[in-house]
Amino acid sequence: MEAASVRAGATTERRRSKGVPERRLAVMMVAPSIILIAIVAVWPIIYAIWLSLHEYSVRVAGLSRWAGSFGLRNYSTALQSSDWHAALFHTLIFTVVSVTFELVIGLAMALAMHEAFRGQGVLRTVVLVPWAVLTVVTATMWRTMFVSPYGFINTITGAKTVWLGSEPQALIVIIIADVWKTSPFMALLILAGLQVIPGEIYEAAKVDGASTMQRFTKITLPLLMPAILVALIFRTLDALRIFDLPFVLTQGQNGTSTLSTISQETFATNRIYGLGSAMAVLTFIVVMIVSFSYIKFVGGNIRGLAEE
Amino acid sequence: MASVATAPQTTPAEPEVAQKKPKVARPKTPWWMWISVAAIVLFCLFPFYWLVNISLKTGNDLQSSSLIPPNPTLANYKAIFQNPDFTKALRNSAVVALVTTALALGVGSFCAYALARLKLRGKFVILGIVLTISTFPQIAIAAPLFKLWSDIGIFNTWIGLILPYLTFALPLSIYILVSFFKEIPRDLEEAALVDGATHFQAFRKVVVPLAAPGLATAGILTFIGAWNEFLLAVTLTSSSKARTVPAAIAFFTGATEHEVPFGSISAASVVISVPLILLVLLFQKRIVAGLTAGAVKG
Repeated sequence: MEAASVRAGATTERRRSKGVPERRLAVMMVAPSIILIAIVAVWPIIYAIWLSLHEYSVRVAGLSRWAGSFGLRNYSTALQSSDWHAALFHTLIFTVVSVTFELVIGLAMALAMHEAFRGQGVLRTVVLVPWAVLTVVTATMWRTMFVSPYGFINTITGAKTVWLGSEPQALIVIIIADVWKTSPFMALLILAGLQVIPGEIYEAAKVDGASTMQRFTKITLPLLMPAILVALIFRTLDALRIFDLPFVLTQGQNGTSTLSTISQETFATNRIYGLGSAMAVLTFIVVMIVSFSYIKFVGGNIRGLAEE
Repeated sequence: MASVATAPQTTPAEPEVAQKKPKVARPKTPWWMWISVAAIVLFCLFPFYWLVNISLKTGNDLQSSSLIPPNPTLANYKAIFQNPDFTKALRNSAVVALVTTALALGVGSFCAYALARLKLRGKFVILGIVLTISTFPQIAIAAPLFKLWSDIGIFNTWIGLILPYLTFALPLSIYILVSFFKEIPRDLEEAALVDGATHFQAFRKVVVPLAAPGLATAGILTFIGAWNEFLLAVTLTSSSKARTVPAAIAFFTGATEHEVPFGSISAASVVISVPLILLVLLFQKRIVAGLTAGAVKG
């Protein structure tokens, strides 16, 4: 096997004798990216783990003492802190609720766009607007809609709710903002899945007398499942990392702290590097668990790309 | 934030969709179709309209919560362009996003070509790593870099942002470019190789020009990702020297401390959204192809 591939390589390389040998060229072309990724992504994570094992705060004299209990004290502090529990809880609620709504709205939008014979191009452009609007801008626009006296929402509904100042209303506003921004993205992923379902299947089902509902549940949904799953896992990954919306809308107050905001507050605002890094590493672990299911799922796709 | 998503087994094959519709009399569009189209348009565009509406109001009009500005004025726009914090932030954002995009495309296209075409062991592993990196939570990078950048003196600088931005920009462009390079027919390269070109020449002279749409797609998505990035921008900068627009907007304060300047914040928000909305209008097809063939988030 090994010998065979080497021999095959040798014959092609004899034909293409000029320049650097193919395999070496390949390594040279891949190397800069790999080195950069190692420097900017892998090394910081390792450093974060190192920091998380130390009492590393500007407030503590002797800056880098090994945190007790095998250096795991920061982790036990984080895992026992009610603030961190609250952040974990808000993150999970946010993730489940927003991703569910995004899926339902995204699916509905995708189906409508798929059916729309006219104006599909216009719709696709329109749908990209929320996706292209910056998250910070998204936060600003929803804040100006909900906050009295600027916003119209209380004026129209006659409510006196202090949306961003109360729990759980603040989290609800954040969820609404996120659903607005990312449902269209979900719709586009699902639409791509819809467009590869061959129309003949529907024709055949029609001939066999299947109702619209049956065609949807027996053909569309099952064939759409792979696209939906990818979109779901991908959105879940993103939702677990949520930071911008709570930071801009409430600074993580009023029941909106998340895994990312609490960690950032701990190391950047309070300068407790060790504990903050431990919280960042915990977030990393939570995200990576979901990430591996994602990678596993699109693994076949990467294998396709990696084929010679 | 921006990283990689893939719809399995979907190829960026838009022309097919167009070809599928021969000139048959189209069925009449039912009424509910128009309603759902209108609903989608309203859902997507109304909040942005509201923002523009707010940005055209000043003084007491801001508190009127009316859907049309009673006395529309560009005062807020004039004000933000006279605010050095905002203009410097615009410059910072432009430099950081453009350099990040250029680096990611330059370095990434080599890597992507090798992965798409050349003989190399461990391609699957490399692509797996690239995809994994793209899912890293930014917070796990921000925490250590917050300290490290201060220690080595690149805290609050452009390069201090560009480097960590590569953690999402590079995987994103590699992933998109690999799928685009794969689409290019091999024959052209083979022909160049037979004519005596080296692999590198074939890449530079044949593949890169043919992959221009792919490069544009990867470039647009990377640029949008960098332009939008917030967590690192907020954490790794401390003044208008390097602070990008998203971070600057988050720190905007009014003339008095208790007054949030919604008018100018809205104007600034509209201004930084314009380049992205233009990109979307001009390159809608490319962006959708990139999103579904191999990429982003957002």
